[in-house]
Amino acid sequence: MAKRSIVPFGPQHPVLPEPVHLDLVLEDEVVVEAVPSIGFVHRGLEKLVETKDFKEYVYIAERVCGICSFGHGLGYCQTVEKIMNVEVPPRARYLRTIWMEMSRVHSHLLWLGLLADAMGFESLFMESWKLREKILDMFDATTGGRVIFSVNCIGGVLKDMDDAMLKAITDTCAEMEKELKPIARAFLRDLTVGSRLHGLGVLSAEQANLMGAVGPMLRASGVAYDTRLLGYAAYDELELEPVTAAEGDSFARCEVRIKEIGQSFDLIRQAAAKIPAGPIAVPVKGFPQGEYFTRIEQPRGEAIYYVKANGTKFIDRFRLRTPTTSNIPPMLDMLKGCQLADVPLLILTIDPCISCTER
Amino acid sequence: MKMESSNTIEPITMAQFMPQVIRFKMDGWRVVQICAARLPEGYELSYSFAKSYDMRTLRLTVATDETVPSITQMYPGAFLQENETAELFGVKIESIQADYHDKLYRIARPTPFKEKG
Repeated sequence: MAKRSIVPFGPQHPVLPEPVHLDLVLEDEVVVEAVPSIGFVHRGLEKLVETKDFKEYVYIAERVCGICSFGHGLGYCQTVEKIMNVEVPPRARYLRTIWMEMSRVHSHLLWLGLLADAMGFESLFMESWKLREKILDMFDATTGGRVIFSVNCIGGVLKDMDDAMLKAITDTCAEMEKELKPIARAFLRDLTVGSRLHGLGVLSAEQANLMGAVGPMLRASGVAYDTRLLGYAAYDELELEPVTAAEGDSFARCEVRIKEIGQSFDLIRQAAAKIPAGPIAVPVKGFPQGEYFTRIEQPRGEAIYYVKANGTKFIDRFRLRTPTTSNIPPMLDMLKGCQLADVPLLILTIDPCISCTER
Repeated sequence: MKMESSNTIEPITMAQFMPQVIRFKMDGWRVVQICAARLPEGYELSYSFAKSYDMRTLRLTVATDETVPSITQMYPGAFLQENETAELFGVKIESIQADYHDKLYRIARPTPFKEKG
């Protein structure tokens, strides 16, 4: 039997934008086990719901994470709206869909840049983030913010987009689609990228289901599951097919995310074409009483929001199960048997968001 | 486009709990969420399972000092959420496959979610 040694990985590591620690048990250069250790950025944000007005808590939900910010606000609002039987105006549902898809493009481009950086492709990293900048500019133009927008509210949204703005958005999406092509080609056809990603961290559909994988990680294993098909916001009125790949390896996860960027552009176009006129919010009176579980598709996968309300302005319990919470166990499974040199890349392919996970 | 889906919360007793989890496992349901909520004399535990677009949440009500069996024997991926529930609320969960013994989060005081406010 080869000699076993333990190599600490993280919490500070060049590929990790956020802190997570792994004890890697190695036999020579091969990982036989990975023991995770988190808790470096736990803030207890769920507990704040007990002392904040339920309408103000939207701003805290949005601050769970800087990348999935809009989605967290949306998930929280939808859950409270369901409990209070609030009918959100159709225009607000479409606006939420457009911002949600812009968030997905922003998140996937950010991830592509990080992946390129992890492989040493500095120019590809900068090209990816240069493209992402256009989405951030669109956030700025439509909401006034680039990271945290605070446009969600219980009952709808706080800001509208006029026709000129919607046209500017669809025009920018068309430009970005063209500019994405050479970037996508580099990721999907370059021999060096292929040799680093093909066959790395293979996750079968069965194992993905057993270990609870979600989002692009699950779809890259061939499972066509996308919670946007539950029909929240305006997704029930748009055409959408989950993007899948069969191989279940790191390359498949990259391919799914690249194709999902194109899918998001398409959804933004559909939503901009169909968006009805009308109010963007309805007044909400009274306090919520009851409980509900909501599922939405964040860029990293299915997120679950739970609210238990007691009829006062303070909510009893808010729970957020983030996509990374579900994707860490399958990641630990995939690490077994991989080379030490591939560990950073494999961790990156689940697109971990530790800030969300620890809340 | 919208898929048919369900989303239910089903109260369950401790005696029925593990047999139902085993049935879920045999039928191909995946565990998607575990959480606790405080009650005056204990906790409300919610275990959500999903298959396709359907979601069923089992609702277990336990006393403060009651021990709950871990489901990580059937669903190994549940260890993070079970550890979190145990550490933040003080719910006694027995035989978690990877038990962090209240050291998952680096928190300054034990069971911060146990008391209101």
